Amino acid sequence: MASARLVRATMVALPSAVCVYRCSSGSNSASALRPAFHRRFVAVSACASAEGSSPAGGFTNNSPQPVSSVRISRKQQRAQSARVVSQQSSTRVTEENAGGSEYEAVIGIETHVQLATATKAFCSCPSQYGSEPNANVCPICMGLPGCLPVLNEKCVEFGVRLGLALHSDIALKSKFDRKQYFYPDLPKGYQISQFDIPIASNGFLEVDLPVECGGGHKRFGITRVHMEEDAGKLIHAGADQLSGSTHSQVDLNRAGVPLLEIVSEPDMRTGLEAAEYAAELQRTVRYLGVGNGNMQEGSMRCDVNISVRPKGRAQFGTKVEIKNMNSFSAMQRAIEYEFERQVQLIDEGEGDKIVQETRLWEEAAQRTTTMRKKEGLADYRYFPEPDLPEVILNEEYIESVRATLPELPNEKRRRYETLGLSMQDILVLTNDIDVAAYFDAVLEKGGDVKMAANWIMGDITAYLKNEKQSITELKLTPPTLAELIGLIKDGTISGKIAKEILPELLESGASAKSIVEKKGLLQISDVATIEKMIDEVLEKNSSQLEAYRGGKTKLQGFFVGQVMKASGGKVNPALMNKLLIEKLNG
Amino acid sequence: MAFRTSALMLPHQVGSGVNWRGQALKLSSKATWAVRSSSSCPSGTVTVGYAQAQERPSSVIRKIREDLENRERSAVNVMEDYLVRLRDREPQVQSFLHISEKALEEAKLLDEKIAQKATIGPLAGVPIAVKDNLCTKDMPSTGGSKILEGYRPPYDATAVRKLREGGAIIVGKTNMDEFGMGSTTEGSAYKVTANPWDVSRVPGGSSGGSAAAVAARQCAGALGSDTGGSIRQPASFCGVVGLKPTYGRVSRSGLMAYASSLDVVGCFGSSVEDVAILLQSIAGHDNSDSTSSTKDVPSFVETLKPVQNFSSKPLAGVKFGLIKETLEDGVDSSVVFAIRSAAQHLESLGAEVIEVELPKFSLGLPAYYVLAASEASSNLSRYDGARYGNRADAQELIPMYGNSRAQGLGAEVKRRILMGTYALSAGYYDAFYKRAQQVRRIIQTDLEVVLSKVDVLLSPVAPTVAYKIGEKTDDPLSMYAGDLMTVNVNLAGLPALVLPCGLAEGGPCGLPVGLQMVGKSFDEGELLRLGHIFEQTAPHWCQNVPPLVQ
Repeated sequence: MASARLVRATMVALPSAVCVYRCSSGSNSASALRPAFHRRFVAVSACASAEGSSPAGGFTNNSPQPVSSVRISRKQQRAQSARVVSQQSSTRVTEENAGGSEYEAVIGIETHVQLATATKAFCSCPSQYGSEPNANVCPICMGLPGCLPVLNEKCVEFGVRLGLALHSDIALKSKFDRKQYFYPDLPKGYQISQFDIPIASNGFLEVDLPVECGGGHKRFGITRVHMEEDAGKLIHAGADQLSGSTHSQVDLNRAGVPLLEIVSEPDMRTGLEAAEYAAELQRTVRYLGVGNGNMQEGSMRCDVNISVRPKGRAQFGTKVEIKNMNSFSAMQRAIEYEFERQVQLIDEGEGDKIVQETRLWEEAAQRTTTMRKKEGLADYRYFPEPDLPEVILNEEYIESVRATLPELPNEKRRRYETLGLSMQDILVLTNDIDVAAYFDAVLEKGGDVKMAANWIMGDITAYLKNEKQSITELKLTPPTLAELIGLIKDGTISGKIAKEILPELLESGASAKSIVEKKGLLQISDVATIEKMIDEVLEKNSSQLEAYRGGKTKLQGFFVGQVMKASGGKVNPALMNKLLIEKLNG
Repeated sequence: MAFRTSALMLPHQVGSGVNWRGQALKLSSKATWAVRSSSSCPSGTVTVGYAQAQERPSSVIRKIREDLENRERSAVNVMEDYLVRLRDREPQVQSFLHISEKALEEAKLLDEKIAQKATIGPLAGVPIAVKDNLCTKDMPSTGGSKILEGYRPPYDATAVRKLREGGAIIVGKTNMDEFGMGSTTEGSAYKVTANPWDVSRVPGGSSGGSAAAVAARQCAGALGSDTGGSIRQPASFCGVVGLKPTYGRVSRSGLMAYASSLDVVGCFGSSVEDVAILLQSIAGHDNSDSTSSTKDVPSFVETLKPVQNFSSKPLAGVKFGLIKETLEDGVDSSVVFAIRSAAQHLESLGAEVIEVELPKFSLGLPAYYVLAASEASSNLSRYDGARYGNRADAQELIPMYGNSRAQGLGAEVKRRILMGTYALSAGYYDAFYKRAQQVRRIIQTDLEVVLSKVDVLLSPVAPTVAYKIGEKTDDPLSMYAGDLMTVNVNLAGLPALVLPCGLAEGGPCGLPVGLQMVGKSFDEGELLRLGHIFEQTAPHWCQNVPPLVQ
């Protein structure tokens, strides 16, 4: 039974950030990598187990849909990638044990999160995704002459909100600056951003690594959180990318959409840690309601900075930036690829070929390629934005925002730990704030912790997945689930009966007790009745009884089954067992 | 007694004159009055003497209002008068880049409203010209630049919208130095505007078209913008009243940004009262400009009493500070003379005038040019040919940008973009931009301190009167130097009023000198009150009708 629950639990976890990318080193396309890379994987992948990974580009874990919309199951995943992974994992582990890698990666992440504001950062155009090109534009976000930005105060609130959630110092006085460069998706020729005084700085994010990958609790530093505006989008015609296209079209719907840029300290050492960091950040953003964190739509974009150095050396190697990863698993794979690439160059004495550049992750080819080499440091000629006043906050405001913070993922995990849940279950339950809220509501109504967790991660998740529903749409309310659990616990019904009536509960939303009563499914706990049933069974199976009494005690299970069958599954199993043994032995 | 208004009119020359009430006025031994002998100048030289009292400048906007209310003239009559004058003088002055085709039509509509006894706005039927860097949705708005040739904005600048809401009729868009960068209006990509006092001379800039149009009576008033003196210097050169409001008093929304932290929208008129009426209409907080002030807008017009209600010492208790550094070497003596004369006139009205020293005054000019150019380099990035305006043909993006800007922007604009880009570049930022900001704070503090000791500061607007067209086009530095007396006011964000205070020698009838009054932050009301008293009591030679109009 325990193992069955585990399977369910991991299935639930799939759409989450927790498990999808955790072991992605052995992707389908691993064969595209040079052999040397495989050898090196061990250095970065703390999770080189036989766990599967997603097929390349197969799915991402960052869809906005809640747990229910699992698109691929752990089983499927395993089946798809087991071939590749299993071949490699053993060698890797061996090499790791042998101390095969003398290098480590130093990884920092810059994350852009689009804010879930109704309107853009500096004008009142709708901030929504997916409109017709240039439907959500106005003179301000088109950068027409004479137009001035007017700050959406929600941006500040969200900035403070995320800053507080990341345990940062909030600047009582911050300001906006102009970051200047020419590009057709940047209507003003500059981006309004925050340069030297970000709204929040000096924070951290706490992560619990997946149990399957060895687990562990990590704290990653946050350098800063700052507010800025997004640029528009270029659509290259005649080709699917700039090169080869005949012309480009500009869609300014995204221009001026508010962003928070979160810059981490270079605290990550493996692709797994980087992906976990990003997943926790996404979770935090969603918990806070400041954004949907959707990587596919580009609502959350992670740029990775990675350098490689010999283990034990303090000095950083040459930093390379990787862009264009639209899932956490892609992030992990990109980092692992890039680490291997750099290590190989160093090993081959070509370390000077690692240059400061921006590389693109190519999902199809599963590799990074040069996008642009940086000639020195880009000079954005930042200067204070004269069109916007400074952002002045007071403690009172900050405290008022703090007061609205929800329980954050890490706080939730710590609390669930005290409830006695396993980290595996905790990670599943806390991954989605709606699931966690459901779980908490069940507990509030007196539901048993472990049972509630199992029901939610098991049957309910399976149901949601089949129905393509989210947990917030569920007709089975937390109080009803708590009631159902209560009925099992006090022996009114058996777990088996509970499972039988669950479909009806899920469909109708009726109370558990009413269904149990209506169907006459109350558990039989009357000693005389049970004894009578046992007597009848023993009578009917006298030969087996004789055999039992002759020493074939294994037949006890047979009798349990017979009594259970006779009762229509309604008999209280514990009581029946006790009485049965008495009778068998008497 | 008669002598020429010139550098020769030195303070030791003693004379006597008439005061503003026509009473005999004994002059102190310190100065004399330069008075034009008559309103015409047949000899082509300016003579001074004791002429018959002329009519004081009075509000043409109020007159229009009264005429409409009394049905003495219709809005169409008013508009026709102006349009005739506008067209008549335009070939010589060239103030306009675009003349509205709808002005008469709008006047007709207004007459219909009046006939129906509908309520009309405070500016009903008033023909107003608008500087071409202010967006107008029914007229092209080029900012004087080729890169925006034919560009029609989809919206009105807030100041324009407010004027229209007040009933004003926009007669056209006035010429200017490209994007406000220049002091002569020669920097326009389209035409050179002439000074109505002497058509061989510049009207000043960058709002030269607006100033010239008001001086030539082509409109009743005009909007301009002032980043480093662009309203005040042309007002001075053209002999009209110009007001640079406090930074934030008037919304910048719809003003093509040159230097956002310095730009202000202001106005021109042929009287202080007109300027007060216009400011009243355009001032106030605007949700579309976060730097616009939420301060209440007082009634500017109410404090302007008719001259007959003045007491004998209407300026008693008012303390003026004459900025010493603006009257030193390098400033034309005729300008110094006019300013000192004006100061004496203020004293005669009961005011106290002291000389104040601002030793760091000259630091403002380089700081201004660093800051303004830096902001300009950023503000003008949007003119890249990608979305609007002129685009040069090119196969690739970068050449498209390069060619569009190379062909679309003029020399002065390019010069300032380059300077600003340089000043903001990594490694130079601290030495230039940051340092200039520090100087800006010093200037702000200095002016604040001195304005805590006096009510209003006095200075010339420019070291010279209007100079010849072409005289300084090859010498940008000398042109920049001409901004010395005005840029500090922008750096400090203070309000300043410029009004005619005399004529210097030059041109067929002399050339106007403007008096700059710098007030405390958001104290335009006091500036207008004092300016009005000065204007209504000023000796005749301060009158401001150019020969083109006479």
